[in-house]
Amino acid sequence: MNDMTKIERTVDMQTNKISAKNVQVHYGDTHAIKDVNVEIQDKTVTSFIGPSGCGKSTFLRCLNRMNDTIDICRVQGDILLDGEDIYDKRVDPVQLRAKVGMVFQKPNPFPKSIYDNIAYGPRIHGLARNKAELDEIVEKSLRRGAIWDEVKDRLHAPGTGLSGGQQQRLCIARAVATEPEVLLMDEPCSALDPIATAQVEELIDELREKFAVVIVTHSMQQAARVSQKTAFFHMGNLVEYDDTTKIFTNPEDSRTEAYITGRIG
Amino acid sequence: MSASFLLLTILTLAALGFVIGRGRALRSVQGDRRRLHSLPNYYGFNVSMLAFVPAVLVLVLWVVIQPLMVNGAVSAMIPAGSYDDAGGLNLIMSDVGRVANGLDAAIAQGALEHAALKTLSTSNTDIRALLGTVGVALGSDVSEDVLSAALKFREKTLTGNWIMTVVVLVIAGAGFLAAFFKTHADLRARNLVERGVQMVLIGAASIAILTTLGIVLSLIFNTVSFFGMFPMGDFLFGLTWSPEGRGGSEHLGILPLLWGTIYISIVALAVAVPVGLFAAVYLSEYAGAKTRAVAKPLLEVLAGIPTIVYGLFALTIVGPMLVDVFGAEGLNWMQGARSVMTAGLVMGIMLIPFVSSLSDDIINAVPQAMRDGSYGLGATQSETVRQVVLPAALPGIVGAILLAASRAIGETMIVVMGAGAAARLSMNPFEAMTTVTAKIVSQLTGDADFASPEALVAFALGMTLFILTLGLNVLALLIVRKYREQYE
Amino acid sequence: MTDMTANGVPEATPHAKSSLLTQDAHTKQRNAAEKRFRIYGITAIAIGLVFLVLLISSILFKGVGAFQQTKLTLQVELLEAKLDKSGTRDIEKIKKVTTFGYNPLIDTAIKRALEEGGIENPFSKGKDLRKLLSSGAAAQIREFVVANPDRIGDTVEFKLLASSRVDGYLKGRVSRESLARDKNLTPVHLDMVDQMRETGVVNKGFNLSFITGADASESRPEQAGIGVSMLGSFYMMLVVLTAALPIGVAASIYLEEFAKQNWFTDLIEVNISNLAAVPSIVFGILGLAVFIQFAHLPQSAPLVGGLVLTLMTLPTIIISTRASLKAVPPSIREAALGVGASKMQTVFHHVLPLAMPGILTGTIIGLAQALGETAPLLLIGMVGYIASNPPEGLIDGFLSPNSAMPAQIYEWAKRADPAYYERAWGGIIILLLFLMTMNIIAILLRRRFERRW
Repeated sequence: MNDMTKIERTVDMQTNKISAKNVQVHYGDTHAIKDVNVEIQDKTVTSFIGPSGCGKSTFLRCLNRMNDTIDICRVQGDILLDGEDIYDKRVDPVQLRAKVGMVFQKPNPFPKSIYDNIAYGPRIHGLARNKAELDEIVEKSLRRGAIWDEVKDRLHAPGTGLSGGQQQRLCIARAVATEPEVLLMDEPCSALDPIATAQVEELIDELREKFAVVIVTHSMQQAARVSQKTAFFHMGNLVEYDDTTKIFTNPEDSRTEAYITGRIG
Repeated sequence: MSASFLLLTILTLAALGFVIGRGRALRSVQGDRRRLHSLPNYYGFNVSMLAFVPAVLVLVLWVVIQPLMVNGAVSAMIPAGSYDDAGGLNLIMSDVGRVANGLDAAIAQGALEHAALKTLSTSNTDIRALLGTVGVALGSDVSEDVLSAALKFREKTLTGNWIMTVVVLVIAGAGFLAAFFKTHADLRARNLVERGVQMVLIGAASIAILTTLGIVLSLIFNTVSFFGMFPMGDFLFGLTWSPEGRGGSEHLGILPLLWGTIYISIVALAVAVPVGLFAAVYLSEYAGAKTRAVAKPLLEVLAGIPTIVYGLFALTIVGPMLVDVFGAEGLNWMQGARSVMTAGLVMGIMLIPFVSSLSDDIINAVPQAMRDGSYGLGATQSETVRQVVLPAALPGIVGAILLAASRAIGETMIVVMGAGAAARLSMNPFEAMTTVTAKIVSQLTGDADFASPEALVAFALGMTLFILTLGLNVLALLIVRKYREQYE
Repeated sequence: MTDMTANGVPEATPHAKSSLLTQDAHTKQRNAAEKRFRIYGITAIAIGLVFLVLLISSILFKGVGAFQQTKLTLQVELLEAKLDKSGTRDIEKIKKVTTFGYNPLIDTAIKRALEEGGIENPFSKGKDLRKLLSSGAAAQIREFVVANPDRIGDTVEFKLLASSRVDGYLKGRVSRESLARDKNLTPVHLDMVDQMRETGVVNKGFNLSFITGADASESRPEQAGIGVSMLGSFYMMLVVLTAALPIGVAASIYLEEFAKQNWFTDLIEVNISNLAAVPSIVFGILGLAVFIQFAHLPQSAPLVGGLVLTLMTLPTIIISTRASLKAVPPSIREAALGVGASKMQTVFHHVLPLAMPGILTGTIIGLAQALGETAPLLLIGMVGYIASNPPEGLIDGFLSPNSAMPAQIYEWAKRADPAYYERAWGGIIILLLFLMTMNIIAILLRRRFERRW
């Protein structure tokens, strides 16, 4: 398995997975996202940073149409996944979300067993032909979630009984189990303690080998540690989007500089 | 003095106490109210409170207990041979009471001289005719025993009333004086009054306990006296219910009634649970704000309609409608309009809003994060509902269904009017059956003697009903509480 | 949950490189399941609403008839020879003439109406003619004569109640076929009624006496009214209001504001939540055993009914009162305590007034519940009793036997004559009007005073 990932790592880093053009989002009368353009690359961790309420989470939720569940939310502009407009009338958001998975701020395991938590996605999408295949998917996903060793002896214990960090890795494993192409993470470590955070961050780095990962974070240090690309949002605008090293060492926009040096935020 | 007049006296004393107590407090500080510990009114209230509350409590207790004691003493005078059971004695004692009241009335209206009481006897006076002239009608002629018991009853009651008047007035006066002499600028009158008020509040809250106690005691006493006349085993395991049996061959087996109750409840739940649950799911997960604002209150109208309306609906609309389809003209499964199906169906309609609003609350308590997690994995809305929301809400929903079941078991009017009167152990839902509640009504509203097993069995039925519903309620509350804790 | 697609083990889909723009077979299947599920939900709501419509429309359809009553307008000559032979207008003597003595007057009046209308009279006996009228008609005339003895000798126009069969014929309940086995009326009568309608003798009009009147005996459904039992309900509600509101509020204040967490408080809480779910019939048993058997209060009295309903509604009132007390934000309490008010003063001066609209709303809803309750009233004897006279005065209203609206409706529903079903449904309309009014008041109160903290 290790060999496989090594090879995959050499795949062209520059493929665009998602491209957003002129995206506008309105919440009722509030203009939440103003004209955002961004290209998200495959096999890369992209982080969205910015002060609270800057629209980074809203934008993230546009990428797998989670905003559809909110009645008053309107999205304009184009968001293309592999060149296909995800807001096209023909697109079934359910199919889209199978390809663009999501991990949430607070760990939200279902009140079911660990096994059933992971197996939920594969079951609804019909990814396994039989029990053996499902077992295999569950094990593989838990391994990818870096939690297999901790839970392999109690797969049928409830997922809600795990610690916070374990729960979040379980949720990541659950998202991975549906074989998504993009993984969206909405502040995945904000509810975790430092040790659990470190474990999850390590995991994110590993996930980059297979997926495009987009992570929203409050912590600039975290963005610097895990991501290759960083986008800075401010008041609904995408202020700057570049390599992470560039953003943190030599930002072009004065607002970005003000934010990373702690003057706004 | 009569109790009501006594009460009036105490009230007057309390009102007086307020004025005097307030005055004394103010005088103790030469009218400078700033030097009082509490506001002047509190001193007044303190005096009224001490004059009023203990005296009234004693008065109430006395009024309740005295008749019991007098009754006990007088009933010993009735020769044991003149009645055969407790019921017989009760009848005689109520005659005694009526004669005693009649004598009072006769003296008050001047139809009888006070002095004549001593020599009064059935041999020299027609008591029934005498009392008839003062408006007290008796069912039969008065026997010597009853008359002497009535005289004794009168005498004891009068003595008791005298003692009561004295005792209550002494207590009221003592309370009044004690509070009055303690009234002084430094007395913490407000704290005393507030403590008194708090006692009243606690008393009000305790009524819930007293009610339960009243229910339990009235059920237990009568049930015990029922089992004194009728073997418990036959009641609990008897397969026939026919109280009208001749010559003591009555069968009072509860099983056919329980079966009817359960069968009807099952039909009701089979209607209410799917409809109510799906309605709740649709309203909480799918419906827009507008649909919800219209449909939810409309469904809840069903819950506000009195059960008598449902009963009549079952009897005159649903029953005949079912007969059209399943009766002799149609499938010929049904004899009359009253049947398990009729009652169950209508009861199910009644329970729809009950199930739906309880489930709605419970489904809404499932955190949005659960749904987000599921949608984020690409689940459709129905998959989310069926595999995440409902399993998460399951304990709560089970609790709601148990509460609905307890409602169904305890429902009376619909089964009285829609289910029929024949106790039957049958599987055919189109046959008339009867239930525990319906039989409680028929046994207690019929003309059976109150002390006979036919009437007393209603209490044993009530006991069964109470235990059943209590068990279901407690179980449901425990489950729901546990469920709530899970998401708090 | 009939849908198993998601739990089954379907074929593995080539998921890796599908286009978003086309739905694969599995997704189509899932979306179909989604649609089905949504339809189940809509169906469930539709079923509930259909039942509601069915219920309401049958109430209106069956009950509106009770508000109309058929009457015969007859010119009755109050013959002195029959009513006051002595001619002294001595009221005691006039009272001695029983309703039986009035029957000849009625016979003459009907015959006269028939002659005037040119209708042939097929009956030779007055008894048969009188079948057109309620058996209470003679009493109606007698009442008038006793009240106005000076009118004896005059010819007075009376609107006399038609018999329930005639009334039923005009309302479509009775037909010539249904009379085939009926001893009370014959199809020949109906032919007469048809002709008398044309001449204006038989008329259907608004039935005020249904709303204000008293119950009647089993054979005279045309006379039965719900007015007296309405008064019974009214007195019961007075008892419930004066007992349940203060006790409920006091208990809630204690539990919400003062009670410490201990076994006693727990006991009360458990009791309240259980009592809220105890079947109402059990409260009837309690009332029978405690108030009637033990305390010897009079049977069938609104006082006893009110007390039983008080105990039954207390949990409802306590639960809603506690909710409104809880809704008053702690900052109000802190503000009052902060200026040195005692806990008791805080509650009575600040919290309680602010919670009052909510408490009243809950109380009205509790009252509405009590007003419609029937089962406990059956056990304390408020059924089977014919409340024929309205109570005189307050004490009489509380203590003398009476019925209550729902008990009266049940009583009518039990009676064999189908004419009483119409009365029962009519009674339900009135009962529901009361309940609706109470609920609307509660809603308005809530809207008007609702406060968002």
